[in-house]
Amino acid sequence: MSVDTATVRKIAHLARIAVKDDEVAHLQGELNAILAFVEHLSEVDVAGVEPMTSVTPMAMKKRADVVNDGEIADAVVANAPAIEDHFFLVPKVVE
Amino acid sequence: MNAPVRSAKLIKGATGDWEVVVGIEVHAQVTSNAKLFSGASTVFGGEPNAHVSLVDAAMPGMLPVINEECVRQAVRTGLGLKAQINLRSVFDRKNYFYPDLPQGYQISQYKSPIVGEGEVIVDLADGTSFTVGIERLHLEQDAGKSLHDQHPSMSFVDLNRSGVALMEIVSKPDLRSADEARAYVTKLRTILRYLGTCDGDMEKGNLRADVNVSVRKPGQPLGTRCEIKNVNSIRFIGQAIETEARRQIGILEDGGRIDQETRLFDPVKGETRSMRSKEEAHDYRYFPDPDLLPLEFDQAFVDGLKGHLPELPDEKKARFIKELGLTAYDASVLVSERESADFFEQVLAMDGGGRRDGKLAANWVINELFGRLNKEGRDIAASPVSAGQLGAIVDLIGEGVISGKIAKDLFEIVWSEGGDPRAIVESRGMKQVTDLSAIEKVVDDIVAANPDKVAQAKAKPTMIGWFVGQVMKSSGGKANPQAVNDLLKAKLGL
Repeated sequence: MSVDTATVRKIAHLARIAVKDDEVAHLQGELNAILAFVEHLSEVDVAGVEPMTSVTPMAMKKRADVVNDGEIADAVVANAPAIEDHFFLVPKVVE
Repeated sequence: MNAPVRSAKLIKGATGDWEVVVGIEVHAQVTSNAKLFSGASTVFGGEPNAHVSLVDAAMPGMLPVINEECVRQAVRTGLGLKAQINLRSVFDRKNYFYPDLPQGYQISQYKSPIVGEGEVIVDLADGTSFTVGIERLHLEQDAGKSLHDQHPSMSFVDLNRSGVALMEIVSKPDLRSADEARAYVTKLRTILRYLGTCDGDMEKGNLRADVNVSVRKPGQPLGTRCEIKNVNSIRFIGQAIETEARRQIGILEDGGRIDQETRLFDPVKGETRSMRSKEEAHDYRYFPDPDLLPLEFDQAFVDGLKGHLPELPDEKKARFIKELGLTAYDASVLVSERESADFFEQVLAMDGGGRRDGKLAANWVINELFGRLNKEGRDIAASPVSAGQLGAIVDLIGEGVISGKIAKDLFEIVWSEGGDPRAIVESRGMKQVTDLSAIEKVVDDIVAANPDKVAQAKAKPTMIGWFVGQVMKSSGGKANPQAVNDLLKAKLGL
């Protein structure tokens, strides 16, 4: 599997990462190197093998339906570049 | 999809009849105290970003831990939809970029949802019913809320809803008209409210729908569909479908083709308009969420929840018809809201156990109480007449203490003044007069005072109605109408 330059631009756009034209070829090479590395896994025959979700068999932990978090608006917005009345402010996005 | 063509549902176009095909994705907020993967509150409203934990704000290093009650609610809902419950399901990341989605992905279920295929039986106003297939139900996180009108160049983001549990309930494309779609969402909402798994409050956005609409000539393969996003009232669902179907028919009849896209319904302008290119927006790059193990439980867990499910509207309706002898229509009206059905059952139940007459109780709940509530725009929770009071009125009628006509006066008094109906009847002398000698005296007086009418009545027996009216009037409506009728017939020689 490999990616072409159009795919690189598309992935960058979906992730909202600004990629300059002169960076595309370089990124394409890096991504393809990673894909080639992972490609080795396809040499293993995994027919009939259940996907492993955990190293040791364990059930997912669950929480009780209790409110024990939140009410920390100051902390939630503490690192935001722009806030007002505890709202995050972002450049206008409207459909 | 292969349901027979229901010809009454077809839309007339310039080139012949068109069939509308609709499938609906309902997003129903799960009733729970805390969010799906965090301990923050789900309470509506609240100061900006108050009900937000560092998990909901997607701060680095935070890990989701699933709320077990949300899992139970999804299973209960699946059982209520007579659906397959999957003992193993998987959470995936649905990646997209939007400022009110701080993680950059929504935790959802893609390939392995918690609930599989089920069905909803939908009743139409004409008394017929049809079945809508449920494709799946999965659990997912809600996003935050963006406000665009607070500032000229900035959007305000509040994450209070971020991470609240939603059930996405996907129907099969089994709906063929706006009426059917409205009836389906209404019924689904009723089931959720009976189950207590979603409050169905559409004004708060706790239940909203994405509506998929396509059109075709009957018998043809499915047309290209458009998805109308986030329709937030049952009325708008109907309007959106009608508007969108006509738009598509117009394009096709002009020789154009439909682009698959996401559209918004504007109820003010009565139009749908393109929102964004679906191709890009739907490139969600799903993959299993590495922060969460598969969601697994055993059949005993499901059976335990099944054992405690409340009686659902279809079962309740069947019981009302079979055990109480109600008409299908009356039973439908009573079960359409859980609160109405509960109220009716309280009216039925007598203090010492035992049950009042179902038909009489239903008549009073539907015609008098609901009629009056509708007139004043109140819902059942705000009824000034309690179930106990209405039950007492029904008893007084059943015992023959008051006539049906006096009962309506009594209802008015209880509605506006409150009080114990039995005591009111006693203190205001509203008791029906069944004492024949007292009634006879009134009858004699009226017969004696109206010799001309007596003569007329002999020629025209329907004149008896006039005499009955006079006697009732003169007795303040308290005379037993049957006794009055019998006496008059004897006196007038009819």
